[in-house]
Amino acid sequence: MPSWTTATLEADRWETPTARTLVLSVPGWAGHRPGQHVDVQLRAEDGYTAERSYSIASASGPDRLELTVQLAPGGEVSPYLVQEFRPGDRVRVRGPLGGWFVWRTADPDPVVLVGGGSGVVPLASMVRERRRTGGRALFRILYSLRSPDDRYYAGDLGAASDPGVDVFLAYTRSAPPGSVRGAKRLSVADLNTHGFPAEFTPLCYVCGPTGFVETVADGLIALGHDPRRIRTERYGSGGGR
Amino acid sequence: MNLITRGFHGRRGGDPARIPPGQYEAHDFPVLSVGPTPRVDTDDWAFTVTTETGTAHSWTWDEFLGLAQERPHVDIHCVTRWSKLDTDWVGVSVDTLLADVESTADYAVAHSYGGYTTNLPLEDLTDGQAWIVHTFDGEPLAAEHGGPARLLVPHLYFWKSAKWVKGLTLTPGDEPGFWEQAGYHDYGDPWREQRYRGD
Repeated sequence: MPSWTTATLEADRWETPTARTLVLSVPGWAGHRPGQHVDVQLRAEDGYTAERSYSIASASGPDRLELTVQLAPGGEVSPYLVQEFRPGDRVRVRGPLGGWFVWRTADPDPVVLVGGGSGVVPLASMVRERRRTGGRALFRILYSLRSPDDRYYAGDLGAASDPGVDVFLAYTRSAPPGSVRGAKRLSVADLNTHGFPAEFTPLCYVCGPTGFVETVADGLIALGHDPRRIRTERYGSGGGR
Repeated sequence: MNLITRGFHGRRGGDPARIPPGQYEAHDFPVLSVGPTPRVDTDDWAFTVTTETGTAHSWTWDEFLGLAQERPHVDIHCVTRWSKLDTDWVGVSVDTLLADVESTADYAVAHSYGGYTTNLPLEDLTDGQAWIVHTFDGEPLAAEHGGPARLLVPHLYFWKSAKWVKGLTLTPGDEPGFWEQAGYHDYGDPWREQRYRGD
């Protein structure tokens, strides 16, 4: 269905020393639903191609989209996109893809977003789309990250411009000085304190590495959330994204 | 259109006879699921084949393990672009499960604990092409990979190999399953790169 189209790097932002947001100019791009992804195709001079899927980070809009790519050492595609790809360089993209791990802006239900590491990317798209459309659904974000240096979208996610969006940062290896919680893995207690009660029947979106998603989804179920209200996206450890 | 990505060289090395177009070889076993992992106790597990007339054939876990066991050694291909070569499984051929089933259906829907469904032509499940497997690499199949038992249809993209499978419903017509309704291809042949509807 979706056909391949040319995407040109227009600008970039470093989120961390190993994660780069690519602002792509894609003439004819019609927008997306937050949570969706695109396929990206790179072609070498001899015709060899490599394709990977990346979550979209930006709000929906015409003719451009943003991806955030985390460097996977030893990977085939992410080292190129993070370290080599320069403004004016081109890839091909097709999409938007995926119809399940998607937030509908018209849905008034409260939302719990749980992201581990680069799993925060599609969740950022949901927050940005909520902002763009003036959404009123209440969001609570739990963002699990190793240290303050690993934080994506520091100036944007949880900005004061998003009333009704709460952001909880769960540091797993090192926390900022003075942190009461300290550094530890995201726990069921964290989900209980910083999510919504199951009685509110929130929609829950969980994205991250497989082990993280398994643990969080099991924790949400233990807290009484309906498994049918929990949508997951797992990043394989195969270096795919 | 042969657009070149400046400075991209890529890494060759996959065997093109075994790695379908657009795939790369993975050496671990990534996971793709849409929701939480169902935890199914084998004491509560049953597998049921339901025909188009409503006749049901069921097996408990012990009855299932008592059927003829096969050991498929196959390559698998996930639509998220990883392929894994030389995987080893133990399970029961779908041919064995259908041996005493009377049906003229042309299609099947696989149903899973947790609500997932996927549809396949019945001819893709028979003649030694599909199994219900319970063991991977010599170990009981882990829940996150679909245990206690999953469907294994290695010649199609791996979303067709439904995890936590609990039954097959035989249907006269084609009834799109979960991903098929969500925009993925109805058939899913990795060698023809049938990822999305219309590919």
